[in-house]
This record gives sequence, structure tokens and C-alpha cells, in this order.
Amino acid sequence: MAGKTLYDKLWDSHLVKQQDDGSCLIYIDRHLLHEVTSPQAFEGLRLADRKPWRIDTNLATPDHNVPTTADERVIGVDGIADPVSKIQVVTLDDNCDEFGITEFKMQDERQGIVHVVGPEQGATLPGMTVVCGDSHTATHGAMGALAHGIGTSEVEHVLATQCLIQKKSQNMLVRVDGVLGAGVTSKDVVLAIIGVIGTAGGTGYAIEFGGAVFEEMSMEGRMTVCNMAIEAGARVGMVAVDQTTIDYVEGRPFSPKGEHWELAVAAWQDLHSDDDAEFDHVVVLDGASIAPQVTWGTSPEMVLPVFAQVPNPAKEKDDVKAAGITRALEYMGLTAEQAITDIQLDRVFIGSCTNSRIEDLRAAAAVVKGKSVATSLKQALVVPGSGLVKAQAEAEGLHTVFTDAGLEWREPGCSMCLAMNADKLGTGEHCASTSNRNFEGRQGFGGRTHLVSPAMAAAAAIAGHFVDVRTFA
Amino acid sequence: MQAFTQLTGLAVPLDRANVDTDMIIPKQFLKSIKRSGFGPNLFDELRYLDEGQPDQDSSQRPINPDFVLNYPRYKGAKILLARDNFGCGSSREHAPWALLDFGISCVIAPSFADIFYNNCFKNGILPITLMDEQVDQLFEDTLAKEGFELTVDLEAGVIRGSSAGDIEFNIDSFRRHCLLNGLDDIGLTLEQSNSIKKYEQKRQQQAPWLFT
Repeated sequence: MAGKTLYDKLWDSHLVKQQDDGSCLIYIDRHLLHEVTSPQAFEGLRLADRKPWRIDTNLATPDHNVPTTADERVIGVDGIADPVSKIQVVTLDDNCDEFGITEFKMQDERQGIVHVVGPEQGATLPGMTVVCGDSHTATHGAMGALAHGIGTSEVEHVLATQCLIQKKSQNMLVRVDGVLGAGVTSKDVVLAIIGVIGTAGGTGYAIEFGGAVFEEMSMEGRMTVCNMAIEAGARVGMVAVDQTTIDYVEGRPFSPKGEHWELAVAAWQDLHSDDDAEFDHVVVLDGASIAPQVTWGTSPEMVLPVFAQVPNPAKEKDDVKAAGITRALEYMGLTAEQAITDIQLDRVFIGSCTNSRIEDLRAAAAVVKGKSVATSLKQALVVPGSGLVKAQAEAEGLHTVFTDAGLEWREPGCSMCLAMNADKLGTGEHCASTSNRNFEGRQGFGGRTHLVSPAMAAAAAIAGHFVDVRTFA
Repeated sequence: MQAFTQLTGLAVPLDRANVDTDMIIPKQFLKSIKRSGFGPNLFDELRYLDEGQPDQDSSQRPINPDFVLNYPRYKGAKILLARDNFGCGSSREHAPWALLDFGISCVIAPSFADIFYNNCFKNGILPITLMDEQVDQLFEDTLAKEGFELTVDLEAGVIRGSSAGDIEFNIDSFRRHCLLNGLDDIGLTLEQSNSIKKYEQKRQQQAPWLFT
């Protein structure tokens, strides 16, 4: 019999019961909550007079709606100018208070984007099942956990039963061999992967990211990669546990301590795919051949190396694809075969659950240090992923590197990634963004998003258009 | 949850791949803390010419006459015909809530994004996956005849009305059972409380650090 994949092991260890029809009851170790997808779930509990099954597995923080200006934040919840946003944040606070759920409220230094906060606190650990009413929950798979996004009905289901009814996915291995070139980051790796397999390539699969590139990658980098598994269609992305994982987890507030730490580390040694494990699908990329990436269209798979030209629909043989290219070029205001480096930018956004961790901010700061943002730019925003990331960045003096260069230094939250708060693009504006989705209207009505790494976004902020960060000085 | 057994209605063809959940319901409408009222803002950026805001009277807004849902011939459609990877992107359940509130309770496509697909079943919406050629056929049927109606019979697993004859479809048996009977799956899971407790006891011995 073939060995087990990491996904098989995580699945088997959380299987409560398999029904005759093949559906499975899976136990959930950690449930993360935010203000957008939880209010209807709490309301459902109240209507059915149900109580949460295990309070201590839940951890909440508001992130999508919170303002990121210091002026609004200093006043607290009452300072949220948008009354509808305010209701959602207040509702999360009230629900967590009522049910006794631990919440890092808006003015708590530990508040932040839920997918930054979980790992930072040690609240998401190797070997756990982690869910959240947010599709970027795959981020936590970087810890060697089984993590995926759920809808609001399932948020209610997890609150009430600590379980989910699931069908097992198939196993996919995405292996990136070799060594990345200088200036090429985890974001470029995951964008290149999506470019190869497409936005639906991972549908129905749990993706394990393996190979030398991921073995050498930091935890922050692995989180960036797993975060965007959903952009390749896979609900689950994960990386095997190694010493990098264990070093990252040790000593965090929610991490096991003392005797439990020893037991946990011993158990985590098995959290990798067996040598003889069989995958249903394997994709292999060469790390050395990956260049800095830029999305040019309205789907993450519409991505190219920075030195390329946007496609010409007349050269596409498939009619549906050609129509898709034409529509995307029109929405993005680009002409066929235009050089990516000729795309002029209006705004730059460095932040989001994909790229707002300390390593991302260091990479961006290294590029802008001693330089100035292009005068043609309307705005360049840096939004740290959590209060603790912000504090760390300020301790390192990164905030003054940014502000000296003309970038704005903000309070933590999801911000312009999905523009539920006041940070958004105007119609027709082009944005170099370190976020995860370039869908039509994602960052604001009529806004045009180009996904890039933090270093590429920083270089674009200085130049006013895209440049190859490898040769930018 | 409303049970889904059989549905007969107009089908509206949305000829576009990779329709994402931001397109189905833009983020400014996610600020509601209710499950209902999203229908007027379904496909908001495609349906209207202006930028929509929450708590706005959408009947007063300029509509986009070129968007298929606005064509008079598809008024009152109950079935949405779509292309590959429908519902990709975020996990927002507001997407199926908006479809349902608009009056659509069945989506037919060659493929769906996983989370959206799953969210449909929690809300009495039936997502049906068919082969490319079958979906093409239904698009052709819809375009060929104004007032073209389909009947979706979940009990029998058959779509009736296509010019090419009956089309069979498969739905996972547990989901089919819940949909046919309008079952609340939290209630079903709570019937397994003893199994969950037994699992927790065993797990606590193996991994005590998860129970502190």
C-alpha cells in the first residue's frame, strides 16, 4: 500500500465518523472569526437556541471594515465614519462578548488581519484543522495544518458542533525545484504557479507545496504561497513541517509550553508526505526560471513576467479565451502587446493577508530607502497586517523609511485589498497591489489592479510604472 | 432551509467564464448583518451603470441594457446558465444569498469553484455540473427560443426541455438528501454528539496541547 500524503494524515487524524454515503464528519481544532461572515451565523445560533460547542477553539478579530487612518482609529469603534461598517464591527464585539469568545478588538495591539494574527499568536499550529469564513484561510496551511475557507452556514455549523461535513479532496503536489534568483520572492512563485495551472487548476484538490524552493522559504513566504492556493482553485494549500516551522511556532502566546511543547514537537515530526505517497496530480516548476511577476488582466491567471508584453487576442486560437483577453484588456485600459513596464500607475498598495508581514515590509522598505515616490502617483499606502507587525516595523524604523519616501504608514487591517473600508481605487485607476485578487471592481468600482510582490510594488511606487526590481537601483 | 425538489422556469445564459463572487455581489453589500435583501444588488456592477451603495433604492438606478439579466425576455428567470469556474474567489455566502433573493435557485455550469458550490447546498440552491457540450446545447436552446423553459427534477436527476432530449445529472447522495428534504445539517450533526465526544476524548490523549 502506498504511503500517505500530508493531507491524508491531517484528514485521517481529524475524522470523527465516515457515513455510509461517503460524507465525513471532520473535527475542527481552530475557528477564526471576523466581522463580515459571522453575524448571520451567531444569529442562527440564537434563533435555534444553540450554544457554541467548545468556546476555547474560537478566536476573533475585526479586519475587513476597520479604518486604517490613525485619526479614525484613536477614537475606537465610534470613530468608524461609515455607519454600516461600524455596525458590523460592533456586532462582532457584541457577539463575542455574549458567547464568551476571545476577541482582539480594534484597539487591542494584537488586532490585525485574521490570517496574520493566527500564526503570529501561535493560535494556528502544525497538525491542526483550521477554518474561517474567509477563502484565504489556506494561509495557515503554511504551518503544516489543514486549513480552508468556509461560508457563513458552515461558520454556524462549526460553532454549534465543532465539526464540518466534508468530502475528501484529491491530492496535488506542486513542486518547485532549484533556487530562486535574486529579487524573486514567494509572491512571484505563487503567481507563476497560478499562471501555469490556471484559476481552476486546483479545483477539487488539496495542494501541497514541496521541493527545494519551499524548503528554503521562510514561514512568511510559505504563508504568502498557501494564501493564494484559492486563487488556483484549491481550498487547501499546505507545506510540510520542518525545523523552520518549529522555530517559528516556539514561544508564541498560544503555542504549547513545557511538557506539552515536547510532546507536540515529537508528534509534528510526522507531518510530511511519506516518501512513497502517491499524488493524483503533480506539477513541477523550475525555481530558477521564475522572474518577477505582474498580473495584467482581471483574473490571477492573467499573469506574466515583468519584461513581457500583454497578450494579443488576435493571436489566441481558442474563441472563449480570446473573448476573455479582449474583455480584460478593455476593462484594464490596455492595448494588445503593450509592454508591462509601460503601464503607468495611479496608486500603490502594500498590505493584505498575502503580503503584510514583517518580512514583506522589510523587502519594500529596502527598495524605497532614500528614494521618493513618483510625483505622478496619487497615493502609496503601506498597511501592516497586525498591531504587532506595526510595532515591530516601527522598532526597526521601517515606518520612517516609508514616510520619508512619501508612502503613507497606516493602521492594520484588510484595507485596499477589498476596499470595504475607505481605502479604495477610483474608476480607471491602475494600482500595483501586493494583495491577492485582480477581479473587476475588487479594489474599488472600475479600479484596475495589478498583483505583484512587495519589492515590485515598492519599485513601481518610485518609478511610477512597473520596473524589473532585479535591475532597479 | 427551503427544500428543492422540482423547478420549472426560464433559463438565463451568462456567457462568461470565471465569474467571481466579487462580480456576483460586490463588497459594499457585504456589510449587512442579515441573510436577505441582496437580490437587487446581484451582479451589481454589471447590471447598473452607476456605482451601487448599500441602502439605496436600486429601482431608481440606470440599468445596463447590454447585460443579459436585464433583457426583457429573461425577466423572472429561475435558472442561471453559466460557464467554467463559476463562483470563484471569496467564500462569501452573500453570493448564493443574492442569487436566491433575486429568484435563481439553480445554476448550471461545466464547473464550479469549490466553496461556492458547497455554499449553494446550504441555502436550497442546486448547482448542476454538466459536460461542456451539454451546457453549450442549453445555451443554444435558450438563445434560439424566447420563453425557453427548463424543468430540473432533483428526485429523478434529470433536466427536461432541451431540444437534445433529457439530460441526466449527478449530485452527491448526502447533499441530494438534504436538499430534497430541506434538512438543517447542524441538526443532523448534533445527532452524532456521542461520536464527537468520543473523538475528543481520544484526541485529548494523543494531543493534549490542543485542549488547554
